[in-house]
Amino acid sequence: MFDALSDKFSGIFDGLRKRGALSEADVGEALREVRLAMLEADVALPVVKDFVARVKERAVGAEVLEAVSPGQQVAKIVHDALVEALGGEGAVPLNLSAPAPIPLLMVGLQGSGKTTTSGKLALRLRTRERRRVLLASLDTQRPAAQLQLAQLAERAGVPSLPIVAGQTPVEIARRAMEAGRREGFDIVILDTAGRLSIDAALMEEVRQIRAATSPVETLLVVDAMTGQDAVATARAFNDAVGVTGVILTRMDGDARGGAALSMRHVTGAPIKFSGSGEKIDALEEFHPERVAGRILGLGDIVGLVERAAETIDHDEAEKLATKMLKGTFTLEDYAAQLRQISKMGSISSILGMMPGMGQMKKQLEGANIDQSVFKRQQAIISSMTMKERRQPDIIKASRKKRIAAGSGVNVSEVNKLLKQFDDISDMMKRVGKLGQKGLMRQGLAGLMPKGMSQPRGQQKRPW
Amino acid sequence: MAGFFARLKEGLSRSTQKLSGGLTAIVAKRKLDDDALEELEELLITADLGPAVASRIIASFRRTRFGREVTDAEIRTALADEIAAILAPVAIPLQLDPTKKPHVILVVGVNGTGKTTTIGKMAQQLHDAGKRTLLVAGDTFRAAATEQLQIWGTRTHTPVIAGPAGADPAGLAFDALTRATADATNVLLIDTAGRLHNKAALMDELAKIIRVLRKQDPTAPHTVLLVLDATTGQNAIQQVRVFKEMVAVTGLVVTKLDGSARGGIVVALAEEFALPVHAVGVGEKAEDLQPFEALDFARGLLGE
Repeated sequence: MFDALSDKFSGIFDGLRKRGALSEADVGEALREVRLAMLEADVALPVVKDFVARVKERAVGAEVLEAVSPGQQVAKIVHDALVEALGGEGAVPLNLSAPAPIPLLMVGLQGSGKTTTSGKLALRLRTRERRRVLLASLDTQRPAAQLQLAQLAERAGVPSLPIVAGQTPVEIARRAMEAGRREGFDIVILDTAGRLSIDAALMEEVRQIRAATSPVETLLVVDAMTGQDAVATARAFNDAVGVTGVILTRMDGDARGGAALSMRHVTGAPIKFSGSGEKIDALEEFHPERVAGRILGLGDIVGLVERAAETIDHDEAEKLATKMLKGTFTLEDYAAQLRQISKMGSISSILGMMPGMGQMKKQLEGANIDQSVFKRQQAIISSMTMKERRQPDIIKASRKKRIAAGSGVNVSEVNKLLKQFDDISDMMKRVGKLGQKGLMRQGLAGLMPKGMSQPRGQQKRPW
Repeated sequence: MAGFFARLKEGLSRSTQKLSGGLTAIVAKRKLDDDALEELEELLITADLGPAVASRIIASFRRTRFGREVTDAEIRTALADEIAAILAPVAIPLQLDPTKKPHVILVVGVNGTGKTTTIGKMAQQLHDAGKRTLLVAGDTFRAAATEQLQIWGTRTHTPVIAGPAGADPAGLAFDALTRATADATNVLLIDTAGRLHNKAALMDELAKIIRVLRKQDPTAPHTVLLVLDATTGQNAIQQVRVFKEMVAVTGLVVTKLDGSARGGIVVALAEEFALPVHAVGVGEKAEDLQPFEALDFARGLLGE
């Protein structure tokens, strides 16, 4: 991760041969890159400014160590500061040290994922913490919201508060706590209706719910795709009900998740969990060090490896990786890769997870590679002989005509494929070179079974 | 129509007080110099236009107005015009094709953007306009999604085709189209489960719905609506790109514009994809689904 960031800075620092303290000018230019990366990742502008100012303070005058380049030095300072700003290494658990029943209040905007997260949380608390959990929906706004939570409760194997039509959210909250006491529950999860931060009446209502139940944790549920508005939302909910923790949903998407930093900055509350899928067990502890790389546009190695592990055929991946590094990548391998990629999802989202691939991602998008052509390209390759697949150079006009007829496309599409293959093998060669420099070592090793068995801690390299 | 501007303005003005306040502060009594331009650029960034688009818009400002003494009103008008010019080509209301019986509308988007609510509002408006409408509860995955649409059906006096939980949405859509064709229904509105655009298998499921519909009507779906949450940041660009690629989105609906989010990402989307923005959601009521008006939106964005 540091390597990728310092690589980004390397251009800036190329002219900087001297050792000694970093000057304000050196740092300033690198930080402009950081600022842009963070804005593109949807970190709110005031938060970006504050962060950049703090990093600048720390970096200017810092001694460049003998062993590293100035670029690496700044990269490390930026990365460390970001992990720190996101809450430091490791996850913060829920506060469950209170007399039962412990009320947990779920709040957030419409559609942020409160109800689904409530169900996931209930399952987690039941299975991992061995607690007796009651789920209660206070959402009388959205049609069928209470029914939705009841169904999720069933999937999570926990009871839900019986639905009584016509009750206000505050009344339901009181009834839930009463049931919790009477029936000996350890935890009562109170799922509220989504509300806009500027809706005074609904914000007052959630304030009353809080007053009536005194929740031990008030968890703000936030969509990882949230833009600049994260600041306004965080402030409004924090002012109204005092947020004690944040849950970031849809981290399985390809948003860079800058909202995490904005939320943490405004509320000061730790990010406790992240939602990572549609299944009811897809709730994970939040790891600042993973999200830091994602925000800086450096990729989420662990996320990439996890995704790859789910879908990729390991033997095939290992063969491909070796070929990529050696530069002996053929059309046959390309077809195999097309199959893998179609299984994994959009190519740009995969590249987005790889460190140092931001630039190549743009080039690929420029090359107009889209998912829908993968199948056709596979068909074209299938119409080639083995010899042609291994030595595409021999494919001239007459062979092209035959291949086109065989796969039901125009000759121009065969040309396009060959051109694209050329571009890609060029890129692969570059990746191979980067790999020798160490940039790709983690990413590619991660695709291989050997690398997979390595504990995460070992992927980090000492400074 | 009169209500649109008022409502949008009401929704936006609450959230743009800071922006307009900031504008006044910037340009009331000084030259449009580097500092002023930088602050303007930052104001656009905080509205989610994205760093690249904000920087382009400001660059064009720099060319024409740098160093001039400008008043608050001038800068607002000019900036609103600049943004409206980008948005005007995409402000296209949703047109129903009366020759299609039914006109099939497939509604897609990531989770939690407001697809079902938007369909509910559309059903009400179609009902009021005297159109025969049929809803399809194509979200068979999320808990109680079918019931949510059924409640909207009851509210809007619109029949709903639903299947058991976990049913194949493509099969459901096929049956609904058969029925809609037999009944001479005007509009078939198909709800789908929210899905993240980077999940290939789920995107394939959408493509399958379309394939199956085309077995009956090769021209269906006539509209593929992508519902986008205004609070979404730069990831909206990737969302639109992938949905467009996979299911040939024909237009956008932007929801939750009554909140504090300003939906500036729409400007970036207009530049990048030029997809029509058919409507905006500015509240909970059926009439709060309004046609998208470029100049009003741009003005609202700047707090006018």
